[in-house]
Amino acid sequence: MNKIRLAMLLFVASEAVFFILLMIAYVVYHVTSPSAADASRYLDIPRTAVFSVVLFSSSFTMWRTGVKFRTGSPRLALAWLAATIALGASFLVGEGTEYVSLIRKDVTVGRDLFGTTFFTLTGFHGLHVFIGLIMLAALFGIGLKRGTAIASGKLAGALEGITIYWHFVDSVWIFIFTIVYLWALR
Amino acid sequence: MNGGINASKKAGSILDVPEYKGLLSWLSSVDHKQIGIMYFVTSLIFFLVGVSEAMVMRTQLIKPDNHWLSPETYNQVFSMHGTTMVFLVVMPVLTGFMVYFIPLMIGARDVAFPRVNALSYWLYLMGGLLLYFSFFTGNTLHAGWSAYAPLTETNYSMNLYMTGTGVDYWIMGLLLAGAGSIMSAINILVTVAFLRPPDMKLSRTPLFVWMSAANAVLMLLAVPALNAALVMLFIDRHLHGFFFNPVAGGKPLLWENYFWFFGHPEVYILILPGWGIISEVIPAFSRKPIFGYAFMAVSTVAITFLSFGVWAHHMFATGMDWTVYYVFALSSMLIAVPTGVKIFNWIATMWGGAIRFDTAMLFSAAFIMQFTIGGLSGVAFAVVPIDWALTQTYFVVAHFHYTLLGGTIFTVMAGFYYWYPKITGRMLSEKLGKIQFWLMVTGFNGTFFLLFFAGLDGMPRRVFTYPNLPHLAVINLISSLSAYVLALGILVFFANLAVSLKKGEPAGDNPWGGWTLEWATSSPPPPHNFDHIPPVRSIRPLWDLQQAGGQPGVLAASDPQEGGGE
Repeated sequence: MNKIRLAMLLFVASEAVFFILLMIAYVVYHVTSPSAADASRYLDIPRTAVFSVVLFSSSFTMWRTGVKFRTGSPRLALAWLAATIALGASFLVGEGTEYVSLIRKDVTVGRDLFGTTFFTLTGFHGLHVFIGLIMLAALFGIGLKRGTAIASGKLAGALEGITIYWHFVDSVWIFIFTIVYLWALR
Repeated sequence: MNGGINASKKAGSILDVPEYKGLLSWLSSVDHKQIGIMYFVTSLIFFLVGVSEAMVMRTQLIKPDNHWLSPETYNQVFSMHGTTMVFLVVMPVLTGFMVYFIPLMIGARDVAFPRVNALSYWLYLMGGLLLYFSFFTGNTLHAGWSAYAPLTETNYSMNLYMTGTGVDYWIMGLLLAGAGSIMSAINILVTVAFLRPPDMKLSRTPLFVWMSAANAVLMLLAVPALNAALVMLFIDRHLHGFFFNPVAGGKPLLWENYFWFFGHPEVYILILPGWGIISEVIPAFSRKPIFGYAFMAVSTVAITFLSFGVWAHHMFATGMDWTVYYVFALSSMLIAVPTGVKIFNWIATMWGGAIRFDTAMLFSAAFIMQFTIGGLSGVAFAVVPIDWALTQTYFVVAHFHYTLLGGTIFTVMAGFYYWYPKITGRMLSEKLGKIQFWLMVTGFNGTFFLLFFAGLDGMPRRVFTYPNLPHLAVINLISSLSAYVLALGILVFFANLAVSLKKGEPAGDNPWGGWTLEWATSSPPPPHNFDHIPPVRSIRPLWDLQQAGGQPGVLAASDPQEGGGE
């Protein structure tokens, strides 16, 4: 345990409370508001399942990134890191195109409670993915310059902290995918 | 005046510290002591603003059927008073004590992340300025500090507010300050976890640090609940969402649940570091180690957990299942137990001690009595039928002012009288301090004690005036006049702070004969805090040092107890 690791774990705990409350709001209205449950039929579940796999696999590439930095192969590590960024960005593209198709069907925040809760929950998750991508890009820049030094000394915290954050963002999506998309299957 | 180990005596006053000269040294500072002082100064300025708002309210209420203020203005004044006192005064002033004294009490050079510490402060300041900027836009928050939906929804607000942006500034201001609070919480927890010297085990860590760490856990896990509610409200107002808007099936009660899931831990956020201050002051002025150190620490942890499970007692009047009533009534009574443990421990610490009634101790003693009244009247609300009868009356107002003003603000005063010498190198005037104390005690109890009875008479809170019914006129007249006395006491405090900075007696390293590490360095501490850190073998490292090294601490000879805390 080091300082940055603890700090990031605490931050993630705080963020978890934030997301849990957004999820509770989604669940409450999905149960109590008939229109909200109906509206979820607009979702394209198989398509989102594919993009979910894309996001989950970025956790795997992130893990490989750390391993390769620590075992002293910076080139391989940077390749895994680039893959992580690409996977995360693809997920965001998937989410963006999903939003566009929903809005074309007139599913918006102001349409009904499904729109309000769906866009808030997935939107804040998307924002977190986006912030994660910025951090990953910064990590890539540092890795390019410093090589394996990133896995030791002061910089080790950055690698470790960003990794924890990225795994957190991915695991939040497990819950969102379950309660938003799988629940709409019926 | 000795007891210190630190040889450096070069700066006798904070005004003479070369590193702290010039505005730039403050604006660009990442030193936890400077940032702590910036928290103090900023929160005290907001304190003046909040007190002024209170005086406006008490003046409006001085006689029945008064139409000096319009209802719309009065709504904004009480909403801003509550928001200011909670978010811009009490939380940051306590954060100031935490970031200033935690590193010193654990013998650290600084907090774990000094730059994050500075960022937290600036977020707080900008949040406060943003909140107050709403006055210039024509209106401010009008729905009380708890901002119940749907009063805050655009389509439900009265005409004046429909076009207004007061609620938006409130949301933005609190989001900024809240982000700062979460960062402070992380910073404090990592500092306590990593920067203690190896021989300062958790069982030797001062209670102020224990309670601050518990406070940080509460901030970490409660503030995001407020943030979630705030962004949802913002989406309702600007993207036409329906979270709290019944027009399309949204539930205003969801706001109440989220707000109080944050709000009840928040009331402990507003008191825990204050309890920490009291737990340092009472032993020092009773010349005894704290009674029941382990119980104090454990009861703090108990409160931290329980405080997340009592929020619905704020909402008993909304109607719920009886099972829910039982659960929350029980948990609300249960949380009074660890609080009661603390009260008895403080009293037991004083019992048989060689008590010195300096101003800090006077405030601590008054705190115990006033906080007990506030706490007991709070347990009354756990009893559901009593809650139904008294909710939204002045009984509530009296109750939480006894905990937050008679409680927290009195602990803050004790903290300033105790630590001002350490911070500035000068003593606060005891003469002015005693004047301030008696003005505040009489003013405070005069203002709020009779309001319990106004509440029992059924006087509703948050209404701009009241009819001339029996008792109400005289109760409110006494309350308003006492409020002026209270405000006068607060002005004496500010005068004391200003005058003593230059004219106060030099403090020396350890004017009170304190036993914790902050007294082992000079007053004010040098920018690097310590030349070397004494060994920590108990909760009272300086006492051990005096015993071993024969250095005659100021009051060591009168100490009636042996060692302690192991």
